[in-house]
Amino acid sequence: MTLGLSKDVWAGAMLIAIGTAAMLIARNYPFGTALRMGPGYFPIILGGLLTVFGLFILACGLRSRERIAGSSSLRALIILPISLLLFGVLMEHGGFVPAMIVLIFGSATAAAEFKFIEALLFSLALTALSVVIFVWGLGLPYPLITDFH
Amino acid sequence: MDLFDNLIFGFGVALSLQNLLYCLIGVTVGTLIGVLPGIGPLGTIAILMPITYGVSPVGALIMLAGIYYGAQYGGSTTAILVNLPGETSAVVTCIDGYQMARQGRAGPALAIAAVGSFFAGTVGTLLIALFGPPLAEIALKFGSPEYFSLMLMGLVAAAVLAQGDIVKSLAMVVTGLLLGLVGSDVNTGVQRFSFGFAELSDGIGFVVVAVGVFAIGEIIANLGDKTERRGIAATVTDLFPSKEDLKRCIGPILRGTGIGAFFGVLPGTGPAIASFASYMLEKKLAADPSRFGQGAIEGVAAPESANNADAQCKFIPMLTLGLPASGVMALMLGALTIQGIQPGPEVMTQRPDLFWGLIASMWIGNLMLVVLNLPMIALWVKLLQVPYRLLFPAIMAFSAIGIYSVNNSSFEIYLTAVFGIFGFVCMKLGFPPAPLLLGYVLGPMMEENLRRSMLMSGGDATVFVTRPISLAFISATVLILVIMVLPAARQRRLEIAD
Repeated sequence: MTLGLSKDVWAGAMLIAIGTAAMLIARNYPFGTALRMGPGYFPIILGGLLTVFGLFILACGLRSRERIAGSSSLRALIILPISLLLFGVLMEHGGFVPAMIVLIFGSATAAAEFKFIEALLFSLALTALSVVIFVWGLGLPYPLITDFH
Repeated sequence: MDLFDNLIFGFGVALSLQNLLYCLIGVTVGTLIGVLPGIGPLGTIAILMPITYGVSPVGALIMLAGIYYGAQYGGSTTAILVNLPGETSAVVTCIDGYQMARQGRAGPALAIAAVGSFFAGTVGTLLIALFGPPLAEIALKFGSPEYFSLMLMGLVAAAVLAQGDIVKSLAMVVTGLLLGLVGSDVNTGVQRFSFGFAELSDGIGFVVVAVGVFAIGEIIANLGDKTERRGIAATVTDLFPSKEDLKRCIGPILRGTGIGAFFGVLPGTGPAIASFASYMLEKKLAADPSRFGQGAIEGVAAPESANNADAQCKFIPMLTLGLPASGVMALMLGALTIQGIQPGPEVMTQRPDLFWGLIASMWIGNLMLVVLNLPMIALWVKLLQVPYRLLFPAIMAFSAIGIYSVNNSSFEIYLTAVFGIFGFVCMKLGFPPAPLLLGYVLGPMMEENLRRSMLMSGGDATVFVTRPISLAFISATVLILVIMVLPAARQRRLEIAD
């Protein structure tokens, strides 16, 4: 994944984005005075500081050619958060067992050396183990399976 | 003697059947994750923290601490046997440890690592017991300006001394401070950065940030990393080091312990730096430096003592001042807060069972590690054969259960996913994630102390430099920054980082 610009340009841009967003949002909170600081005081200082750091790193980045190092797995970056998302939804609407199976099997597909049968058996086994440890053993109050309302 | 009374009291707490069990669980889990590459103590402690909610505060802390120093032992085992540092602190141990293993001396290498670690752990425990109470005594006199300046110094030092770009570390601290402000403001009740989510009014869950960045983010990064290092497992035959070996190692163990203890109390320096520094020192002092890298037993003894001493001494600022010196200590502080204990110097007087019990348990835990580890080496090596493609879905599962069980809320699971992506992006862009956690833990406390200081002084910001203790902290902060910005120091840091 080479995104054209050098690594630090992206790094600086990210900080500037977070910093200015924090300042813009915190503008709506009472600022107060140095004596009686309002809820907006500290966030605005921090946001400003972050923006300054961001500008500095961005400026350094414009002169450097260091690209983002190492290979990245776009597959993992997409699949793992989605697996967590599905787990969250299923815990509320499907029960512990389907949530765990989907999370474990789903996560497993993120690996380049994914093997279908192995991952399926593994997710079933680990789910069974989790039911024993967490639901029956530690008594976590989750229904094993519901009617997907 | 006060010290001995206190220690005996502590052993009384730590030797209760329940706490012994927590200690055993802690060090065993710690060794396990120390052996397994790809998951470190930070991620594990974050994942397991929800389980400790039902446990007593002492038990919880004993177990979490056990994971932490247990991981150091486990990391060195794989470093020696398969040239695979389970933890970053064991990277240096690989150099001579693996060479020794290849020469058929894996046993003595493992034994000396255990002996060195145990000695360093004992000294570390004593140091905490010795210096903890007087430090807390001083800290009890601190007012808000002193606390603010102390936290400022701690955060800046942690960011500056950590590995990686200084400005980026500082930026992560500030980002962490901002994250810590999410939720309703304690003074006015104004909702800050909650974007209309009722779930955010109590702030972002501590476990959510920690697990998201250190477990999920780490996994995403690991899956993209195609370099895989595997060595050939050496067989362990003769365990006992010779008299000659032991004689060679006395000096390195003593010096390693000293270096480790020194770096231990400094914020931001991980055990990796301490072990590296002690290795370099031994190489300089050696009569024949060329032996290093060829299986010199001193090259195992010194760094192993150093990283364990460092790990133990990191507890000193955390327990006495409420100041986390590393990411793991930030997690420990978080665990204390969740247990309803306000971290700071009062812990020692109000909860002596917690302070002395934890200290005593660390010594017991170190003893357990020596006794348990050596016979179980064969088992640990077997575990190494578990492929990562099965390991990481299991980590995902335990993370998810852990987070969900805190508030039974799916919202926190979604938030964890977001922090996982954020953590991954940070790592890719060269931002070290640990300072984020330090800032996050200290954010609310820092703002509160800043506000109180200003109220106290009538809005006069010079209060931070007119009070002597506060001035000392501020001066130290400026000094650290100046030294690090100087070109020579910058250059050296880069060299060390390489």
